[in-house]
Amino acid sequence: MRLPSYSHATLRRILQRTKVIAAVGVSVNPVRPSAYVARYLAQKGYRVIPVNPAYVGQEIGGEPVRASLADIPADLRIDMVDVFRRSSEAGAVVDEALDALGDRGLSTVWMQIGVMDWEAAARAEARGVEVVMNHCPKIEHQRLFNELRIGGFNTGVISSRRS
Amino acid sequence: MANRTYGFDTLQVHAGSQPDPATGARQTPIYQNTAYVFRDADHAAALFNLQELGFIYSRLQNPTVAVLAERVATLEGGVGAVACASGHAAQIMALFPLMRPGLNFVASTRLYGGSVNQFNHAFRHFGWEVRFVDFEDMAAVAAAIDENTRAVFCEAIANPGGYVTDLAAASAVARQAGLPLVVDNTTATPYLCRPFEHGADLVVHSTTKYLCGHATSMGGMVVDSGTFDWTASGKFPALSEPCPSYHGLKFHETFGNLAFTFYGIAVTLRDLGMCQAPMNAFETLIGIETLSLRMDRHCANALKVASWLERHPAVSFVNYAGLPSSPWAERAKRYCPKGCSAIFTFGLKGGYDAGVKLVDSVELFSHLANLGDARSLIIHPASTTHRQLTPEQQAAANAGPEVIRLSIGIEDADDLIADLEQALAASAGAVAAE
Repeated sequence: MRLPSYSHATLRRILQRTKVIAAVGVSVNPVRPSAYVARYLAQKGYRVIPVNPAYVGQEIGGEPVRASLADIPADLRIDMVDVFRRSSEAGAVVDEALDALGDRGLSTVWMQIGVMDWEAAARAEARGVEVVMNHCPKIEHQRLFNELRIGGFNTGVISSRRS
Repeated sequence: MANRTYGFDTLQVHAGSQPDPATGARQTPIYQNTAYVFRDADHAAALFNLQELGFIYSRLQNPTVAVLAERVATLEGGVGAVACASGHAAQIMALFPLMRPGLNFVASTRLYGGSVNQFNHAFRHFGWEVRFVDFEDMAAVAAAIDENTRAVFCEAIANPGGYVTDLAAASAVARQAGLPLVVDNTTATPYLCRPFEHGADLVVHSTTKYLCGHATSMGGMVVDSGTFDWTASGKFPALSEPCPSYHGLKFHETFGNLAFTFYGIAVTLRDLGMCQAPMNAFETLIGIETLSLRMDRHCANALKVASWLERHPAVSFVNYAGLPSSPWAERAKRYCPKGCSAIFTFGLKGGYDAGVKLVDSVELFSHLANLGDARSLIIHPASTTHRQLTPEQQAAANAGPEVIRLSIGIEDADDLIADLEQALAASAGAVAAE
């Protein structure tokens, strides 16, 4: 299986430029990974817009859940779409993201661990949207900004500067 | 410098140990501390649910121990590592997530005697079956694997036999069966051999040996390559299926290629409790700062002493993979091109009695059961480390009655040779007089 890899510099640049994230497929069940990835990202200062047609009418982290990316108000600029859907459904999410948000500042499509669609990634990149697949923004944020130091994880961070 | 790939000598000093975030202390502080204060009840709940990362209790994580684990993970080229109390503990930690009662693993016959004992006897209490096979016969290794096999285990450079395992061949057999290859890299260290580059999936260490380097502190380590797919076969439910003690969290789904490391901290250390002491981690970190410098000297000294022994009339054989006469010399060039470490055995024509006399006659060499010290060490395995094994197991482990094991230190090689010369003379004289 072809697996994507990204440099620390690339991931750091994406995580630093991103302000608002649409989380597609996020769960209201607090013990599901999608729920606490969203919760973590919100704690780190990102605005997280939940998107999941199953939970319309509810709120996650104080934000109303949207039925689709197209339902996000036009005055809200989404920098990144984070895809919590299986690989077979990821392509449709990417196309919806490009349709609804491609001309409204979307700069990154991020697919979670286990989620990959190389053809959809190519369609996004052709529109100038950067793509990360098979990674988790929570884990990468923890890796690159020193939180993974609680365990023996190879962060790849070598520095004699104070953090 | 963000995209620079640092060399081994730089990583052995720096990996994992940025200045202490709390104080700016440049050397890694010893956090001699058991528990960590929560910010509030929500923070505590999120930590216990693994939804947030943070220190809870030093049985699971400790800031000093975490630096050591990250350093070894980095030197091995893995994604993560879990430190534990000893090399024996590391072997339990490597296998615990994979095994259940009634399952088995296939292990090389050429292993440290303590590992043979642990696998053969202690693991039976868990219902884990070990199947020992000579890894020179890869068809036999493949044949020993059945639907209940969960791992393949070997040592990179075997202790005590001066044997180098064909890691790529072992990996091919394991991969064919959809199983992880677990490699004990204690004798070689990541400076001399990098098992992940030859297809290993997990590496275990006794850090007590060369990594610590000065015989001060016990420790073990399990390193994960991050490349094994724990969900592909359905054979590893601990990592792929919902974990009942974490609200149904699935480790591989949640943590991706960090799953094995998270499981090691959150389940294995939490529930089995073989954590490493912070002071030991500190001592081992200091040792690793000079690992490559010491290993170069260890290897050079070992080659000199082994070459001298090979020409000695009282010596029947020398089993060191660094000698051109070794059957593993070509393989050693592939797997450990910088040197073959400094553990090797030799045979005495005078047999068991000559061996006992020799260890009683050395002055500079220390007669004890350890290896990887800065000091040179000597032991007669048949009367000590391997005495619980049957004669057949002793022979398979290259630890028969005439065999002496040396762990060559970083002293002057000529002084080591002089000590062996006088001790061999005393041994030969004593045996002749009887």
